[in-house]
Parts: sequence; C-alpha cells; structure tokens
Amino acid sequence: MPLFDSLFNFARWLTRNKEEAEDLVQETYVKALKGFGSFQTGTNFRAWMFRILRNTFLTSRAGLAAQKTVYLEEEEGLPGDAQGMSTTETPETILLERMDEQTMQTAIGELPTTLKEVLLLCEVEEMSYQEMSEALAIPMGTVMSRLSRARAALRKALSAKVREA
Amino acid sequence: MRCDEYRDRLDAYIDAELSPQEMSAVEAHLKTCELCAAEVPLQSRLKREVRLAGKAYAPSLEFRRRVEAAIAPPKKASRFRLWVPSLAMAAVLLIAALFGWNQVRPRSDATLAELVDMHVATLASASPVDVVSTDRHTVKPWFQGKIPFTFNLPELKDTGFTLVGGRVSYIQQQPAAQLLFQVRQHKISVFIQQERASGSVGDTAQSAFTVRSWKNAGLQYWLVTDANPQDAEALQKLLKSAS
Repeated sequence: MPLFDSLFNFARWLTRNKEEAEDLVQETYVKALKGFGSFQTGTNFRAWMFRILRNTFLTSRAGLAAQKTVYLEEEEGLPGDAQGMSTTETPETILLERMDEQTMQTAIGELPTTLKEVLLLCEVEEMSYQEMSEALAIPMGTVMSRLSRARAALRKALSAKVREA
Repeated sequence: MRCDEYRDRLDAYIDAELSPQEMSAVEAHLKTCELCAAEVPLQSRLKREVRLAGKAYAPSLEFRRRVEAAIAPPKKASRFRLWVPSLAMAAVLLIAALFGWNQVRPRSDATLAELVDMHVATLASASPVDVVSTDRHTVKPWFQGKIPFTFNLPELKDTGFTLVGGRVSYIQQQPAAQLLFQVRQHKISVFIQQERASGSVGDTAQSAFTVRSWKNAGLQYWLVTDANPQDAEALQKLLKSAS
C-alpha cells in the first residue's frame, strides 16, 4: 500500500501510542476509499492522504486532548531572536555532538502537535512547503512560521536536555 | 536587506524553497556574515538528525495485513458495486500491496498493471497532460514527430465526453499516445500504440477499473477508467467511428 509506512510513522508520532496509531491509519485508508471519488485531479495525493489522517486524528479523543494543550502561537510572529537562536550561548555544535538519537526523539515527541507535525512532514517526509500547506490545510506563510518556530523550540529543548544530562 | 531579514530566510534557504535569485542573494550575504554562515551547517545538521530520529516507527506485518483485508473489495460484490468510484482506490492500494508497483508479472497482467498504474499516476499528477486542449485539432497534430504513427479523434460535441489533453507515454518500452478524456467527474485514459503480436489485455474488470482493449487499422487501443462500463463503451464506439 502506498504511503503505509510513512502514514504509520506519522500517526505514531501524533498519538504516541501504537494501538491508537494503528486505529488512525486504518481509519485513514477506509476514509480514503470512501472519498476517492472526491479526490481532485491535479491535487497532491500524498498531501491528501496525510490530510485525511491528520483530520481524523484531530477529531479523535487523543487529538482533542492534544488540542487542549495546544501551544499558543502568534502565527505571523517574526522568527529571529525570539525563536531562540542562541548563537551567543554554548556552541550548539558541541551540544549536538553530545546528543544521541534517544534525546532527539524525546525532544521531538515533547513538541506541541502543531510544531511536531510540520517538522516531521518537512524533515522525515521531505514535503515541500506547498505540500505541507495542502496536508495541514494552512497557508504557506503559516507553514514557514510554524516550521521556524518548531526548529527553534527543538533546539531549545535539545540544549536543555543535553545540559541536564 | 538587513542581517535579521536574511536570517529569517535561512529556513527556506536550507529547505531549498527560495527562488534562484533569492538563493543567490542569501549566498552572497553568507559570504559576508559569519553569524548567518555559522547557522547553515548547524541547521543542516539538525535537519539531518531530525530525519534520522523521526523515522522511528514501522508498522507490523500483522497490522499491514489487517488493513489490506479491511480495504479489500468484497468478494461477492454485485457487478454494479465493482464500478463504484471509491473502490477504484481499493484497486490502487491492492495492486500496490499485492504486486508492488513495478514487480514482474505475466505479460498481459504486467501490461494491465502498467496501464492502470499510468492512469492512476495521471490522476495524481499536478500536470496530467503535456498538451492541454479540448480541441482534437490541436491535440492530434501535437503528437506529430513524437510518436511513429497517427490516429484520428472523434467529434465529441454533445456526447458528454470532453478531451482534456494528451501526453506521450511508453508501454513496455514502446511509445504510445495517452489521451485523457473526462465524463462527468471521471477521467478516462486512452492509450494508443502500434499493433504488436501480443500485448492485448482484453476487456477486464479485475482491478475495479474498466479496461477496454481493441485493435483498429494497425493500432492497439487501451482505455482505462473508473467510470462505469457504459461510459467506457460509449467512448470506445466514438473512437472506433473516427478511425
């Protein structure tokens, strides 16, 4: 099945639970089947599938719970200093050297859903901004600001974790 | 542009989302700004680490089989239900699941799968055709010099069918004309190729797509669609009448 592994990985990150991820993926395929007639030629199939999965997640119990703890963001806020580019602090290259995969996974897992999803679609699925805009149903400008925010939040979290260790 | 404005563009620069002009402008700035230049390898490294760590979970084989079973078309479905468009998706998923997209299959099955694959790829493509026109007098000449044969197209006025356009495709390494038609919300691909000793797949519904195959005036025609068989037959008649 096309995209099966990718959709499961994404679902697992969103739900943080194997059984819920499986339910989510299965429901996504069933919904895709039912809705294939409405699939518009010229739209991106992968983005369409991820969008179904994400919408299904957002209306699930886990998704609703995740939204309650949603990260309050200023969508059009400027990235930059406020985004935690800590060039004057401990060199992050050194921090990255000390970081292992487990630390990175914990840091990604702890990101708010809105930031985690954009980061995973960009880095793991290697989606373009346009594809992410379609998959997440948000404007391109919001994709860019969220991505910038996600990276900054991740760096901040990683720095804290490595220093704690 | 100020340094912090360039810095705001570093994400898009690293993601290769800037225009060539913007890329050049950022690159020029990086040569003169150590702070920004130091960010690039750091962000690239972070991007790579997230990619590696982010591919963390794989579905189990048991779960994969469960989903395959859940989306399989019912075995005793009525003939009508086989043509319900939603099941076209099941066919796509099942073909991929059972055969993989490019695995070797018996010749006629391989041709059928190849045709369905191309039709589905066309549906999913952002630019499904290379010549966009509803005018048969534009589409047909476009193929001249691109394929080693010519063909005729019927007048479609008042038939319910519209010509969307065409592109050159290859079926079993041989050039073919792919024409895309539309009837209501359904797309129909018609593939035309020079006739060969084998390669006909016959009319079939195995994959939940209607596939029609016929030969005429030394040419091999295939029609692939998720529209109902009556629509397929109607278009087939129109094409035959034009030959």
